[in-house]
Amino acid sequence: MTAQPDHGLKLVLGRRYRFAASHRLHTDRLSEEENARVYGKCSNLYGHGHNYVVEVHFSGEPDTKTGMVANIAELDEYVQREVLDTFDHRNLSVDVPAFRTSVATTENLCREVFARLKGFPAARLERVRIEETGKNSFEYTGEEPKGGLL
Amino acid sequence: MVTMTRKIEFAASHRYHNPALTSEENLRIFGKCNSPHGHGHNYTLEVTVAGEPDPVTGMVLDLRELKELLDREVMQRMDHHNLNYDVPELAGKIPTCENIARVIWELLEPKIKRGRLHHIRLHESPELFVDCYRDGAARA
Repeated sequence: MTAQPDHGLKLVLGRRYRFAASHRLHTDRLSEEENARVYGKCSNLYGHGHNYVVEVHFSGEPDTKTGMVANIAELDEYVQREVLDTFDHRNLSVDVPAFRTSVATTENLCREVFARLKGFPAARLERVRIEETGKNSFEYTGEEPKGGLL
Repeated sequence: MVTMTRKIEFAASHRYHNPALTSEENLRIFGKCNSPHGHGHNYTLEVTVAGEPDPVTGMVLDLRELKELLDREVMQRMDHHNLNYDVPELAGKIPTCENIARVIWELLEPKIKRGRLHHIRLHESPELFVDCYRDGAARA
């Protein structure tokens, strides 16, 4: 195998996963009327669900032995364990501890997925992009405003 | 700055196998991608060129030129070919999405005559793809 020099090119591996889950957008910090006004039908009492698509982007220098930024089988296993096993066919608002204290919006879901995947050892997590439906998508790159989370 | 993107599709076969590794290691690392007689994909390539539109033609780069360039450099080299055997630029490399994307970048970048190559995205399948761009340049 010939060594693969760095040409100043950035290579980012993208992989898409799917899961189905329910949630309810509702916060105890607002009154029932305010919840209904802010979240509309998304705050209906018994929740609703989506087919989510999670797109993860990892950067790195391809391994000279394998030509890969990350071994896909290892990545799939990691995402399965850290995200899909907990989220798929579950209620995000109830079954995912993080959403007992924050609303399970897809913005917050991006942050939660990022937090769960940033420890993947083989490559650097660049961004998480989640499609809540075919019409709504959200991205998070791990950047937070100075002073921490809002 | 304006970007323009052209998408092409090509069908090619490949096999992941590193002769420096044992058969067992190859199988462990590459799994079914190591299957002895190869397999194939419908690849999708999106090529994004950035620049200022020409004041007279209103174009960043004539789409016909870009189409001909992609046909010459990518389609003729890779479409309905075996990436391990038929593409000299990939000789000695595992034809992963990462390596193919890098080769395509190197083939195209010096030949873009107006504007500059900004970003390419190579899809091996709808679920697996690689983005390639100059480090520090804004992501498309």
